[in-house]
Amino acid sequence: MLQSPRQNLPEEVSAPAIETAEKTCYHCSLPCPGEDIAIGDKYFCCRGCRMVYEILQASDLCQYYRLSEKPGVSPKEFNSAARFAYLDDESVRAQLLEFRDGKTAKVTFRIPEIHCSSCIWLLEKLYQINPAILSSRVNFLRKEVFITYAEEKISLRQVVELLASLGYEPQISLADIHARAKKDSDRDLYLKIGLAGFAFGNIMLLSFPEYLSGGRLEPQFKTFFGYLNILLALPVLLYSSSDYFKSALAGLRHRTINIDLPIALGITALFSRSLYEIIHAGEAGYIDSFVALVFLLLIGKLFQKKTYDRLSFERDYKSYFPVSITRKNGAGEESIPLSQLKVGDRILVRNQEIIPADAVLINGTGWIDYSFVTGEAEPVEKHSGDLLYAGGRQAGSAIEAEVVKEVSQGYLTQLWNNEAFTKHGQGRMATLVNAAGKYFTLAVIAIALAAGLYWLPRDLNLALNAFTAVLIIACPCALALSAPFTLGNSLRILGRNQFYLKNSAVIESLAKITAIVFDKTGTLTKSHAAAARFVSLNGKKGLSPREQRLVKSLVRHSTHPLSRRLALALPGEIYDNVEQFREIPGQGIEGTVEGNYLKIGSAQFVAGESTAAAPTATHVYIALNGRLKGYFQLENRYRPGLAEILAQSRKTFRLALVSGDNESEKAPLQNLFGADTELRFRQSPREKLEFVKTLQSRGQRVLMVGDGLNDAGALKQSNVGISISEDLNAFSPACDAILEARQFPRLLQFIRFAKANIKIILASFAISFVYNLVGFSFAVQGTLSPLISAILMPLSSISVIVFATGATYLTAQRMGLLGRG
Amino acid sequence: MSAMFILIGASLIVAIGFLIAFLWAVKNGQYDDKYTPSVRMLIDDSTADSSKSQDNS
Repeated sequence: MLQSPRQNLPEEVSAPAIETAEKTCYHCSLPCPGEDIAIGDKYFCCRGCRMVYEILQASDLCQYYRLSEKPGVSPKEFNSAARFAYLDDESVRAQLLEFRDGKTAKVTFRIPEIHCSSCIWLLEKLYQINPAILSSRVNFLRKEVFITYAEEKISLRQVVELLASLGYEPQISLADIHARAKKDSDRDLYLKIGLAGFAFGNIMLLSFPEYLSGGRLEPQFKTFFGYLNILLALPVLLYSSSDYFKSALAGLRHRTINIDLPIALGITALFSRSLYEIIHAGEAGYIDSFVALVFLLLIGKLFQKKTYDRLSFERDYKSYFPVSITRKNGAGEESIPLSQLKVGDRILVRNQEIIPADAVLINGTGWIDYSFVTGEAEPVEKHSGDLLYAGGRQAGSAIEAEVVKEVSQGYLTQLWNNEAFTKHGQGRMATLVNAAGKYFTLAVIAIALAAGLYWLPRDLNLALNAFTAVLIIACPCALALSAPFTLGNSLRILGRNQFYLKNSAVIESLAKITAIVFDKTGTLTKSHAAAARFVSLNGKKGLSPREQRLVKSLVRHSTHPLSRRLALALPGEIYDNVEQFREIPGQGIEGTVEGNYLKIGSAQFVAGESTAAAPTATHVYIALNGRLKGYFQLENRYRPGLAEILAQSRKTFRLALVSGDNESEKAPLQNLFGADTELRFRQSPREKLEFVKTLQSRGQRVLMVGDGLNDAGALKQSNVGISISEDLNAFSPACDAILEARQFPRLLQFIRFAKANIKIILASFAISFVYNLVGFSFAVQGTLSPLISAILMPLSSISVIVFATGATYLTAQRMGLLGRG
Repeated sequence: MSAMFILIGASLIVAIGFLIAFLWAVKNGQYDDKYTPSVRMLIDDSTADSSKSQDNS
């Protein structure tokens, strides 16, 4: 249900439109096959689109078509009326609904189809179509709609069916049901920044008189301002900076020193010394430096925290699997939630549906596409009695199977019980800043103690003064800011280049990798669903859905790789009565399907003439009843730019290939990868994980590039796991980064950019070090005045921020990463 | 000079008012979606019966 076949279609299907007809669907702008589906002068590509139009017209919502150019989404064909029956199940409903009191209920759906302002408009007008829906609110970036409806008048199932009938089918997956993502983390940070900013502004205002008067401020004001400052700074200490104390304590508990420890030390020293000076000595204190520090640190945190709302980096098999399954009970069938599926149940798997649990085939012929699960490129034919692994997608007529294992205990799903998934944060590298922070902290404490001890015999006051001053000035403000601003900026630049990282720490890990492991199917090769494009000849129309089914039925009988790929690329169910099938090796196939004589193969074989074909593409010609229709263009399977990427990366990285597929492509791949590269075929998901682990145990830092569920283990185990995705709305396994497939040729460029980032961070460390040296020279002498601190600390912070953002921009520009900004 | 104390007190009260407004806005979810409202406001409410749907999250 998640990866609908429709999602792969757009570009490929619309291509023939240029040649066939000027008529496009009024609703979704896909080409119309004929003129039989029309209302007035408006034409539709399918009954679904016409139905949506009728609903909208009936509800007086046709403004939908005026807001954006061709906004419509063609509704998916319902393959069964009972598809959403599981939503009537009380346990499912209880998990999906966020709120219910018997009268009204609230629910949030994820709808990947949301793409324009018309979508927002229509989805927020649902109450006009069905008054039982009280209100609906769209979050465009998250692609979510929040619906409040009257439970007495409409059921959850009806709400979902209404959405689906409009073409906005919600994506409901097991993962959504099991765990709802916490969304409030952002709010917390905003509150902290707001509070710190408020205190910062007011405290600055109250501290200026002291600096500007040159110390000649009247004592009554001095104490008044001082106490007011303390009052204003208290919430900053207790709330805004609480994360740094928590993190420092957590680090100490694990016997590690992280960058937050010197920050926490500095904050404590700043605040307690200010308290002492204001209350006891009647001085001004360093409260302004303290809030400025916290404020800037929090801003850095916000800057670094770029999240991609519509992407998920944490998906496991649960988001890929369907929520419900059709179960046979006696003579009838029922739709049940997957969680209720038990061993021994008879299930029905229809065309394009996913097998949810390991099962034995009982009835029908399985034609299972395992490419996403095991990496096998070609679909596998299964007969009754064969074992079907969970995760495979049936392509062909419906099959019946008996479940033999629980969903979570299957061949594939067991992978998630591996320790790589249960351990957290293990095997990842310590970030540069934390590593630097460790030595920094030790050095600072040593210097502070030395300065304190040096003055101790002479003057207790001066000794305390020097000790706290070192802690204050050494507070690694600039150090802690350089990484967030450098990495945060890079995160945005990479995101603009369609390389989406989970968080900024990934950049550091990426810069340190020494080995790259590739998956084959879907990673080095394009996923085949989009690989066949029909080009009609002699100005004729493209193939009708029926003709496509005829072609599919015939090519299914051939074992030639091109036939296999064509069979998989074509939609629709197959016809069974294929007669007089004949395969001429090296030429093509012919046969009669449903009384139609088909000839499929090379131009020589089908048309009797040789046509000059583009060398990179493979053409399969089709003739129907003796008339040449055109050809399918099967694009080169390997991703463009692959050869260059491999040739270049071979120089710096150790390469390897782990594939679940067989060795049939070993020769060309060995050629691409080079003779000394390890290529492993027929790898199970667990073996892939183990391979990455072995490399790591030999001291390699591994970048895994994969796409499917079978790579999930390796992606998790690797130092950096990149998932390649041709459709960002579709499923991608848990990983550190998602790379849009078209950007694959630039992978090395991104790695180089990450390396440049590390250099920038190190350079800003050097800058902050210079400032620290100046500060230290005051501090150890015990002559650090609040004024010097108030100037030096923001100055160092701001210059580091400017340097970090500026340098990343310049680097990105030099590398051509800002091109399409 | 006691006017200074009053003035500072007044300015603080105003500032705290804005702070409370900000905290309320965040808690109310005004910062949760920073994109959709910008599109929504450009869409005309042409239909007469639109009883402006408001919800609270």
